[in-house]
Amino acid sequence: MAGNTPKIELRGATVDVVRKGSGPQLFMLHGGGGPVAEMPFADKLAESFEVIAPVHPGFNGSPIPEHFDDMQDLVYLYRDLMDALDLDDAIMMGFSMGGWAATELAVMSTARISKLILVDSVGVKIGGREDRDVADVFATPPDELARLTWHDPSKAPNPMEMADADLEMMQSNRVALGLYTWQPYMHNPKLPHRLHRIDVPTLLIWGESDGLVTPAYGRAFCGMIPGAEMIVIPEAGHAPQVEQPDAFVGHVMSFAQ
Amino acid sequence: MKAWFFTEDAYPQLPDQDTYRSIRVNLPNQHYDPVQGADNYHQFLDMWLMAEDLGLELMLNEHHQTATCVVPSVPIMAGILARETKTARILVLGNPLANLPRPTRTAEEMAMIDVISRGRLECGFVRGVPYEIAPANVLPYRGTERMWEAHDLIIKAWTTHDGPFNFEGRWFHSRQVNIWPRPYQQPHPPVWVTIGSAGTAVPVAEHEYVGAVFLAGYPRIRSIFDGYRAGYLAKHGGDAPIDRLAYCALVYVADDEEEAKAGGETLLWYMTSNKVPVEYSNPPGYHPPAVAAQIAKGGRGGAGIPLEATLEDQMARGNMFCGTPDQVYEQIKAFYEYSGGFGHLLMMGQAGHLTMEQTRRSMTLFSREVYPRLKELTASYDADQMKETRAALPDKDLADLGNFGVEFVR
Repeated sequence: MAGNTPKIELRGATVDVVRKGSGPQLFMLHGGGGPVAEMPFADKLAESFEVIAPVHPGFNGSPIPEHFDDMQDLVYLYRDLMDALDLDDAIMMGFSMGGWAATELAVMSTARISKLILVDSVGVKIGGREDRDVADVFATPPDELARLTWHDPSKAPNPMEMADADLEMMQSNRVALGLYTWQPYMHNPKLPHRLHRIDVPTLLIWGESDGLVTPAYGRAFCGMIPGAEMIVIPEAGHAPQVEQPDAFVGHVMSFAQ
Repeated sequence: MKAWFFTEDAYPQLPDQDTYRSIRVNLPNQHYDPVQGADNYHQFLDMWLMAEDLGLELMLNEHHQTATCVVPSVPIMAGILARETKTARILVLGNPLANLPRPTRTAEEMAMIDVISRGRLECGFVRGVPYEIAPANVLPYRGTERMWEAHDLIIKAWTTHDGPFNFEGRWFHSRQVNIWPRPYQQPHPPVWVTIGSAGTAVPVAEHEYVGAVFLAGYPRIRSIFDGYRAGYLAKHGGDAPIDRLAYCALVYVADDEEEAKAGGETLLWYMTSNKVPVEYSNPPGYHPPAVAAQIAKGGRGGAGIPLEATLEDQMARGNMFCGTPDQVYEQIKAFYEYSGGFGHLLMMGQAGHLTMEQTRRSMTLFSREVYPRLKELTASYDADQMKETRAALPDKDLADLGNFGVEFVR
């Protein structure tokens, strides 16, 4: 199901926002792999929700605004976007780096959201300075990256089989991911001191086989958010919504009730 | 023409290439024997001193976490040479400004070398090759802009003599800039910048800096130098002097062809050793997406430098000048005319396992029998005449030569 994708003009940036389905608002922030709103799990969710999924500037061929330097720029842009869309009691769901963005937004204000869902999310530093909490996706051999990312690594996209245009898009997405997450790598050191401000029900969903950001990381992250709960989906890696869409949608539906 | 002797100061005493994935970034330094390393450093310093004795100028550079160049701090080598040499120009090419945290430190280091050498520093600024990103931990996206901002701060630091100034840029901040010492040369040492495309050449030409091209060969040299010349003409309303352009290639000169071939093949270690996987050669935002896509596909063997490089092929590309003195002169002259002219030849005269004695023989033959003719060649340079000469040389059909050298496009 192709969504309607209006461009929303905000101060300093234009954002593509996929919208589809009807029902309670589900504000969905994608991860570093790129937009996910056209995937089967999102279609399924659109049967029960109005899915509202912005494309982070730099992804899917959209330009990176000249003044953008890091995650904070994305977060402030999305504060404006949430106002422009007049979100009201939305469920905010973020995947991976989108989970980080969602967490930053939630500690700023939960006025427009009713619940928060973080999926294999980055954003905090759990271990010590010599612990590699999140695999260095920018310096890991492609085969190992596939093994860390997927429960079934055969699902990883194979550059040799991709059309040039798709491969270029993937490379552009990587640039944007680098911009938002480079340093401090995949986290904001200040976040743990702010997570107490999250006062909406929060669910963390994790793929049991995620080797990029492990379930142990998820459990530690979960412990930092007041009242948060965590569900681990078996036979899924960093993208449980792709590898186990039915289980994933089931957990979202029951949490949303 | 000025000729510059260059060695990357490699550590070639490595295990079999099949036993490691990358010569750069993650090769464990258990393979580096510091006793052997000390011998290497002293040998390379001796080579530079030998080159000065032969009347050559000196070039040195810096790389990180790699056996291909064990100079992670070029100011240290340049500082030694500033004291040990007496007459040669010392070209640092270059300071990797996009990857360095504090431009004022570079301004200080370079000023110090300029003073110790009594004004013999030529100061290069570079963005750095892609495999420098992991060691530097600096986002490569907008690296060129970072480099130019650092450059602006350094030039201002070099040329401000009335107390501190303030600099609050996008990337670099220093609120009390007032360097001691200031440069020996006035207003500051000559500046060089590496260029790898017509586009990157333009700002370099506008500043009237020397634009240096590495290993672009016949396939790319015209477009890059033409970009420089066009940028120069547009800004300054005249032809770019040839001393504003430099070309770097591997050079080996021998008494006979057989020796030349052996020496040239030994030099090729520079290319055949450069085993770098895609995760280090394609950091996000370094290459334009279309180039990055090709690297991701493995279309350029990961790093793009063909590990199976042959001497004939590299000579055909204009990346290697190799032969007897007469042959090397003819090869350089042909490339010089095809390119439209350049005033500096940067010679990688030593690489890999090439010995001190081989290097000495090659550079001696170069300086005695090739260099004087190159000097004559450029002394008679006339811009209009060169345009005619060049027009008579149609673009070579080089379609089969592929993308070699794209690493140096920046």
